[in-house]
Amino acid sequence: MHLVALYRLNKPFSEVGQHEYTGLITVGFNLMIVQPPPSTSVLPDEVAKFSAIADEWWDPQGKFKPLHKFNPERIRYVRDSMAAHFSRDLAQPNPFHGLSLLDVGCGGGLIAEPLARLGFNVTAIDASDKNIGVAKLHAAKSGLEINYDCMPPEQLLESSQRFDVVLALEVVEHVADVTAFLNTVGRLVAPGGALVGATLNRTLKSLAMAKFGAEYVLRWLPIGTHDWRKFVRPSELAAGLRGSGLAVQDLKGMSYDLFRDRWLISDDLDINYMMLATRA
Amino acid sequence: MTANPTHTAIATDIVIVGGGLVGGSLALGLARHGVKSTLVDRLPPAASISPTFDGRASAISASGQTLLAAIGLWPHLAARAQPILDIRVSDGPSLLFLHYDHRDLGEGPLGYMVENRHLREAIAAEITTNSALINVVAPATVRGFHQVADSAVVELADGREITAKLVITAEGKASTLREAAGLRVTGWNYAQTAIVATIAHTAPHNGIAHERFLPAGPFAILPLQGGHRSSLVWTEAQSRAEHYLALCDDRFVSEIAERVGAFLGELSLVGPRFSYPLGLQFAAGYVKGRLVLTGDSAHAIHPIAGQGLNLGLRDVAALVEILVDNVHLGLDPAHPTGLDRYERWRRADNLLMAGVTDILNRLFSNDIAAVRLARDVGLGVINNIAPVKRFFMRHAMGTVGDLPKLMRGVGL
Repeated sequence: MHLVALYRLNKPFSEVGQHEYTGLITVGFNLMIVQPPPSTSVLPDEVAKFSAIADEWWDPQGKFKPLHKFNPERIRYVRDSMAAHFSRDLAQPNPFHGLSLLDVGCGGGLIAEPLARLGFNVTAIDASDKNIGVAKLHAAKSGLEINYDCMPPEQLLESSQRFDVVLALEVVEHVADVTAFLNTVGRLVAPGGALVGATLNRTLKSLAMAKFGAEYVLRWLPIGTHDWRKFVRPSELAAGLRGSGLAVQDLKGMSYDLFRDRWLISDDLDINYMMLATRA
Repeated sequence: MTANPTHTAIATDIVIVGGGLVGGSLALGLARHGVKSTLVDRLPPAASISPTFDGRASAISASGQTLLAAIGLWPHLAARAQPILDIRVSDGPSLLFLHYDHRDLGEGPLGYMVENRHLREAIAAEITTNSALINVVAPATVRGFHQVADSAVVELADGREITAKLVITAEGKASTLREAAGLRVTGWNYAQTAIVATIAHTAPHNGIAHERFLPAGPFAILPLQGGHRSSLVWTEAQSRAEHYLALCDDRFVSEIAERVGAFLGELSLVGPRFSYPLGLQFAAGYVKGRLVLTGDSAHAIHPIAGQGLNLGLRDVAALVEILVDNVHLGLDPAHPTGLDRYERWRRADNLLMAGVTDILNRLFSNDIAAVRLARDVGLGVINNIAPVKRFFMRHAMGTVGDLPKLMRGVGL
């Protein structure tokens, strides 16, 4: 049964009152409001500033608990579809050793870190330098090597670097030009590689559950957090990815089971869904 | 003190406090799936194997046996375990009794009787075999516990500290970590004592387990391997238990013979007598941040149905399944999705069993005529309606409910 969908905010964490953080929120990546990237190295006096936020981001029992609960099933989908695509044996340690992965809109690194532990060589970018600061600090604490950078994906296109796996999770619904964004991230996929996208569908059900349910009824999110009109239909996501030369391979929904308080991968695409596309 | 000044801090992902049947099985279950752990125990590994340390035998349900096989313990135990072929429940001198024959289900034995010392030996041997994945810190006493961002810290009495992502307590009924974390328990004493002893007998037991409901409490005769030894669990009113425990061997055996009857022939006592005060204890929560309760630290129940260790093994199977999944997703082992699931899953099941054993004990540990008539009619009804009986038998075998994969013979 569906209860509510997962969101990203269109404003950085620091601008949101702490009392508003009771729901499923991660800091937003908005392609069109990208500011010039600041220095990407963490200076000592910055560490104190970031560490408080880092503890909040990464406290699995804290404010972000609902987000942490959502995460395992998204990672499971990425892991299982990539193991199938690249013929990797999940029983082995570091099953994805030797494969490069780009996480677009990485937030505090909640997806980047687990995937780095599974063996991917992870690059993760975000528009918020605060998020990148948090993510760098935490990766160092976890003893993980992840290339974090505050930059828009267009900047990566200018280099010749391409990735075996590109993730665009809960990002698409926040960009002004969906087609341009999908074209950019799609072109970052190396030949033989794959992309996993996750976003919110534009249906009456998502309007009821995700917009009114989460914002007005449950108060999980501040009212006005989301613009339902920017939610993306699976057909639109697929068309955008095809435009960059990818072929859509799989489509799955994410459902919330109220009775078991668990998110599960399902065939219900009406609210949250994930898409797998590959490049020949 | 064994403090080594150069090693005052240990950093690890998963630490298990308590290396008994539950804690040891948990470390082995994780190791089987390539997950490392640090196992802390207050005794050196050899101490708990001594025959005088634990004279109990445990009824391992069919699903418990499946778990022991999955974590590598069963090969050590197969030749020393007694299959339970038949369970006979009778109400004191009443002629009405309940008779569970494994052939009614045709699925192999109802369970196995395994002596705890054999279980402890098997666990110790497997821990040694898996020493690359299980780091044993023993003897070491836990003094305290605290949590900081991203980790939990176990403080040892010798001054060392163990920092971990996840701390699992399998300390038993009295848990220092549970207290330190402020997890409350509820419960009560039964004013009963379990007297545990092993007897040898001249007539074979034929793999039959007996449970007699005597006015002071249930009296169980549990078959041990070889055919001519049985483990007794004699529930007695606390006030009278001391009297029986103080008797000389001859008098003690004659008290036993009076309760057992003649069907096992001549009886004699093997090894020392043990006694355990009985009570029900239930933790309000099983998870606090990065601390998880398992086994008796989470739930201690009446032995009337022989389910205490089986519940602990279900905790083990559920937690191994969840932690291995977390690790295989690259997640923090203390990820709340998994730990919340463990708490919800195990708490409901354990609470049900605690409730059932509590009611059975209240129903049967008395000699009130009306209660007696009602329960005898009840036993007779259960015995004569095949589907109802099969339902109760499957419960005894532990093959109902939402079983963890390792108890269904399914790989992770």
